[in-house]
Amino acid sequence: MDTSSPLLRVRNLTHAYGNLLACSDISFELHSGEVLGIVGESGSGKTTLLNCLSARLAPTNGIVEYDLRGRGLSDIYALSEPERRLLLRTDWGVVMQNPRDGLRMDVSAGGNVGERLMAVGARHYGAIRQEAEDWLTKVEMDLGRMDDKPKHFSGGMQQRLQIARNLVTKPRLVFMDEPTGGLDVSVQARLLDLLRGLVRELRLSAIIVTHDLAVARLLADRLMVMKDGKVVETGLTDQVLDDPHHPYTQLLVSSVLQV
Amino acid sequence: MSAAQQQATEGDDGYNFAYLDEQTKRMIRRCLLKAVAVPGYQVPFGGREMPLPYGWGTGGMQVTASIIGRDDTLKVIDQGADDTTNAVNIRRFFARVAEVPTTESTAEASIVQTRHRVPEDPMREDQIIVYQVPQPEPLRPLEPREIECRKMHAYKEYGLMQVSLYEDIARFGEIATSYSYPVMVGDRYLMSPTPIPKFDNPKMDDFPALQLFGAGREKRIYAIPPYTKVKSLDFDDHPFAVQQWEEDCALCGAEDTFLDEVILDDQGGKMYVCSDSHYCARRRAEGHEGKLSESAARAYAAAVGAAEEEEA
Ligand SMILES: Nc1ncnc2c1ncn2[C@@H]1O[C@H](COP(=O)(O)OP(=O)(O)O)[C@@H](O)[C@H]1O
Ligand SMILES: [Mg+2]
Ligand SMILES: [Zn+2]
Repeated sequence: MDTSSPLLRVRNLTHAYGNLLACSDISFELHSGEVLGIVGESGSGKTTLLNCLSARLAPTNGIVEYDLRGRGLSDIYALSEPERRLLLRTDWGVVMQNPRDGLRMDVSAGGNVGERLMAVGARHYGAIRQEAEDWLTKVEMDLGRMDDKPKHFSGGMQQRLQIARNLVTKPRLVFMDEPTGGLDVSVQARLLDLLRGLVRELRLSAIIVTHDLAVARLLADRLMVMKDGKVVETGLTDQVLDDPHHPYTQLLVSSVLQV
Repeated sequence: MSAAQQQATEGDDGYNFAYLDEQTKRMIRRCLLKAVAVPGYQVPFGGREMPLPYGWGTGGMQVTASIIGRDDTLKVIDQGADDTTNAVNIRRFFARVAEVPTTESTAEASIVQTRHRVPEDPMREDQIIVYQVPQPEPLRPLEPREIECRKMHAYKEYGLMQVSLYEDIARFGEIATSYSYPVMVGDRYLMSPTPIPKFDNPKMDDFPALQLFGAGREKRIYAIPPYTKVKSLDFDDHPFAVQQWEEDCALCGAEDTFLDEVILDDQGGKMYVCSDSHYCARRRAEGHEGKLSESAARAYAAAVGAAEEEEA
């Protein structure tokens, strides 16, 4: 067990949409360099939880604390809005399920990657462009497309661009919601490979929401299994997938095996 | 001319001084005070209908109507010229409803209402310039969500504006934006000096006269108090630069003014002349000459006259 102070600490997090309890009494810790997978079938509350964790949806109850640089564990919903927005575009990254929500479709690929740099004060065009090139190369994008707008890109390219756009400020923690959702199987495989390489190379901490256990197995060190807004099982990825304890996890795993 | 305008310009007694009722003028003045107190910040105001359609300077007119007094002298320019239809109409309007003297001379005016240009002649502390603004929000083309735009201003998050300049360079090799070129006012608020050419941006910096901006359709007022820092956005390796012309003014020979291209005939004949028509005329009266002869000046007058008729 890691006894150092966690990067993220979640205590008794609950979120309700009216009478609907989308997340119920969730507590966990994430340590630096760890990749946590959140799995569960559609409607189990994964996206709601991720939005609450990433400062984009205030929970109805509970506390989310993050180890802010120079300040230590801090309640992210006690921060001022500009502080939260700054955190979201510097020390954090959010890769959205739908690239339309995470990219500026009318801004070139290079501009999409450069935006975060400019947002934190970069004012040298040549340097911004160089850095954008480096990141586009890292996500295996053809530099010939650098000045093209992402609305003309394939789904896989859009996702890779989203990743580059987020990683350019070297965030410590990245949130991803179904990063391979909606992509062809072969495109998924390539994206997964890329993500796995980047996570290792950059020693990223990440929270990845997916309904696809194969994605979870490839990327996550630890899993949290959700059902009806509750966490029903947590553990090391291999343990959870190879030796599931909760009946729901057993069902989930066996249904995957049947595919 | 609309019926309402017809009535207003006929100067009957049915209208209050300067057309707007006193309550409206007080409301606009309160907004102006707020705007001056927070340079570059867009203050919403309860705009009134003016006897001109939007796009003809209703925002500027409401500002002018709220600040004008009986001893003011008004100059109105449109595209730098005093004699375009829009400028003439607005000038006549205030001559009727406020009974103030009007002028074409920048130096003689106490209030200059303008669309598109800052006069070439320097302005003074005892003068006010009122800009007619078609689109006050510089972030609008980049961020369609109004609330998000307001947050960006509130938190001084202006990276996105820089992205639009980045896009210019990536596409054209330089910052191609030449009108409504974004500025930072007093190191705090991003502002669009719409729709003046970037040639005039440096004039706004440390300007002695009070600068007021009125957007009629969007119902926003903003201001730059005298001697405020106004900085055009740019990159370290692509510094802000104003438009330049190969030629001097063909009529007065000025080398440092904003020039309009004028087509002289259908054989591709053209020349460049000062867009500030009053400034150019004064220089000629003082004996300055451009490289074109009197005949060209006559051709120019004819060409501009024809264009004006077409517009009207
Ligand atoms: N904005 C919303 N308003 C009301 N109900 C919502 C909203 N978003 C999600 N829900 C509901 O909350 C539950 C959890 O949804 P979600 O977090 O999207 O789950 P998942 O990501 O696991 O599919 C679902 O029943 C869903 O219908
Ligand atoms: Mg979801
Ligand atoms: Zn001239």
